[in-house]
Amino acid sequence: MSDATLSGATLSRATLSRATLSVLGNTTLRFSDEQAMLLDVAREFCRNKSPIAAVREQLETETGFDRALWDEMVALGWAGIALPESCGGSGMGISTLVPVVEAMGRAMLGTPLISSALAGQLVLRAGNAEQVERLLPAIAAGAPATLALLENGDWGDERVTLTLDDKLTLHGVKKFVSDATVASVFVVSVMYRGELALAVVPAQQLTAGAVHTNTLIDQTKRSANVDFSGVRVTENNIISGPQVAIALRDIRLLGALLIAVEATGSAAACLATIVEYLKTRKQFGKLIGSYQALKHPTVDILTATDSARSFIYHAATLVSDEPLDTDTEIACRMAKAHACQTLLYAGDRAVQFHGGMGFTYECDAQLYIRRAQWSQQQFGDAQHHRKRLAALLLD
Amino acid sequence: MNMSASEQELAEFRAEVSAWMKHNNPPDPGFLLPQTFMEVGDERQLEFLREWQHKIWSAGYLGMAWPKEYGGGGVEAVFQSIADQEMRRHGVPICFNVIGLGWAGPLINDIGTEAEKAKYLKGILNAEDVWCQGFSEPDHGSDLGNAQTRAVRDGDEYVINGQKIWTTMGNFAKYMILLARTNPDTPRKYDGLSYFLSPMHVPGIETRPIRKITGEYGFTETFFTDARIPADCLMGEEGQGWKIAMQTLQYERGAEAGAAGGQSMVRVTVDDMISQLDGVQRDGAPVLQDPVVRDQLVQAIMEEKALVLGDRRAHIAHLTSDYPGSLPLSNKLRATEMTRRMRQLAINLQGAEGGLYVGDAEARQGGFWQRAYFNSFSATIGGGTSQVQANIVAEHILGLPK
Repeated sequence: MSDATLSGATLSRATLSRATLSVLGNTTLRFSDEQAMLLDVAREFCRNKSPIAAVREQLETETGFDRALWDEMVALGWAGIALPESCGGSGMGISTLVPVVEAMGRAMLGTPLISSALAGQLVLRAGNAEQVERLLPAIAAGAPATLALLENGDWGDERVTLTLDDKLTLHGVKKFVSDATVASVFVVSVMYRGELALAVVPAQQLTAGAVHTNTLIDQTKRSANVDFSGVRVTENNIISGPQVAIALRDIRLLGALLIAVEATGSAAACLATIVEYLKTRKQFGKLIGSYQALKHPTVDILTATDSARSFIYHAATLVSDEPLDTDTEIACRMAKAHACQTLLYAGDRAVQFHGGMGFTYECDAQLYIRRAQWSQQQFGDAQHHRKRLAALLLD
Repeated sequence: MNMSASEQELAEFRAEVSAWMKHNNPPDPGFLLPQTFMEVGDERQLEFLREWQHKIWSAGYLGMAWPKEYGGGGVEAVFQSIADQEMRRHGVPICFNVIGLGWAGPLINDIGTEAEKAKYLKGILNAEDVWCQGFSEPDHGSDLGNAQTRAVRDGDEYVINGQKIWTTMGNFAKYMILLARTNPDTPRKYDGLSYFLSPMHVPGIETRPIRKITGEYGFTETFFTDARIPADCLMGEEGQGWKIAMQTLQYERGAEAGAAGGQSMVRVTVDDMISQLDGVQRDGAPVLQDPVVRDQLVQAIMEEKALVLGDRRAHIAHLTSDYPGSLPLSNKLRATEMTRRMRQLAINLQGAEGGLYVGDAEARQGGFWQRAYFNSFSATIGGGTSQVQANIVAEHILGLPK
């Protein structure tokens, strides 16, 4: 081959010199001593208190979790980790909740922790000082709270039709409200005087028969459709102002992140379940883990789970109590888009690799694939987030 | 010497290296510069890169963590990391003597004798001694333990017979790290292997360049016909070859500890892939507006970002406790496969121009992506194919059975 031919391929380094701003953007990843401590404590707690047998005992109960166990978690301070100290919380920020939720995901431990944390964050981010001081102490003390945002199955439709009229009465239904049957308080997105606002609704204000529970694909989770029609909201429980839209946008991102965090923990547990089976099950006289057709996809699950873990702790590094910036939005969306795909792949392969056993209810693979399908649909699926990432990264 | 450098010291050092790289980054020589050390195809490229590496070493930015008495800098490794980052950031040419800098050198540093260190290390750093690797054989690519090249002790010499293949820079190298069989009768094939730091310029060693899939050169076949090398070329003892070879592969596969530094390849990123699409149309509109393409690019960006974030997380012990070693050991697999996929996509997105190749005046960026895609297979195949890498990760990290 002559040099003349090759010189055509000469690419000056100037052509390839990197743009000052890379599409990779912010790539910081830090892990604090507080996070490390919480990760240790939470993993130990979940290992001891939430073995798979205990998870299975809750699958068909009404609330889906063990109240005594929840009280222990509250006693450890987890319900108030991210809430201000003035409200009985620890004031450590949402980033310290991440290791706890990861550990819970690993143990498939339900409980209303994510719902409560998000409801607390929404009040913290949008409410005034009086509302923060009045509403958050109960949440920090372990009274479950939840968000009521969706009115249909479309996470991409942010329009709100549920209205709060001038007489401060609500009209409308919210769907897929997590932990609705145990929540002591609902933070509801509403239209009030033509503006986006929030209404804080104590559970005792709901009318009889307002809560219609959903039958969920993931039996460790609970949600319901809630009809708020006729509920009178007290004036001090209305949160309004331009900060509401920002807080709602941020809560969707933080929700996406926490679900991604939980899914990452579940993916790690699912991988461990697969590996255990591949090391013990024999077919054709050999341990099935020696077959590359099973071995290589299992390595794919490992590397995908590794990436998920990197994404969630990167996002955890960036989140704060302030309105989330673009770097953080990108980080949360990437975490969600990647982690839930990873759990879906891991759960799907877990069923397949367990063979006939995998087709049974008794096999734990079902827990993971059910969690995977549920998680994918919370706060937007992978396509939802990648579509928005395209605009953030390419335009 | 072991005192930890302060943040300020490191920042000052970074500024110093950055200024040096900016000032000394050579202008485009007007001929093809290799993007990786596996693409050094002719003398002109070799001399250019030799001079460049010598210059970096003379400035004190190579082998910084290696001992001073052997040509190194005798400072903390963090300085070399900073120098490497700045080399990448400024897009300077590669430090091409990679088999010496990254594999043989760290090995000699870690387990070599004083005599071996004194003889080899400085020449690796200043680029006077090019190194190559004689592991793979024509019939034993991934199955390294089955290597059949023979080494027979005869007085003060070993007599070598056999053939190696995929010898990167074999025609330019002065030394080879050579895996050969000293005992063909051991019950376990691995126990008959020995490891040599072999000279290349002796009678009986002949190299023949291999033309690659790209149409270019960079590798050789290497033939040994009664080649006699001094007996003290044996590293360690007879029978330790497999163990030492595995240690070498650890350096090669991304466990970077001990490497002299210097970038071994020009890093091409997803940014470069996106910017090459400037002017490309799809359905009569800029390709970046196509929804399917956008989703593919987002996935590529995420894949590359995950790799970078993984490097960060690998340093946080608390976040790697599940499978310690998972990130470094899978690094080669993840990084090379991502590179291959990304370059394949880059061609795909060019439209009809994607069918042009190096040599066509209209080829996008001179056919850079087409050539880069083909060359990317050298990394998914060389140093253990991705399929073998997946086995290694499965067995060593997940504990799955062989």
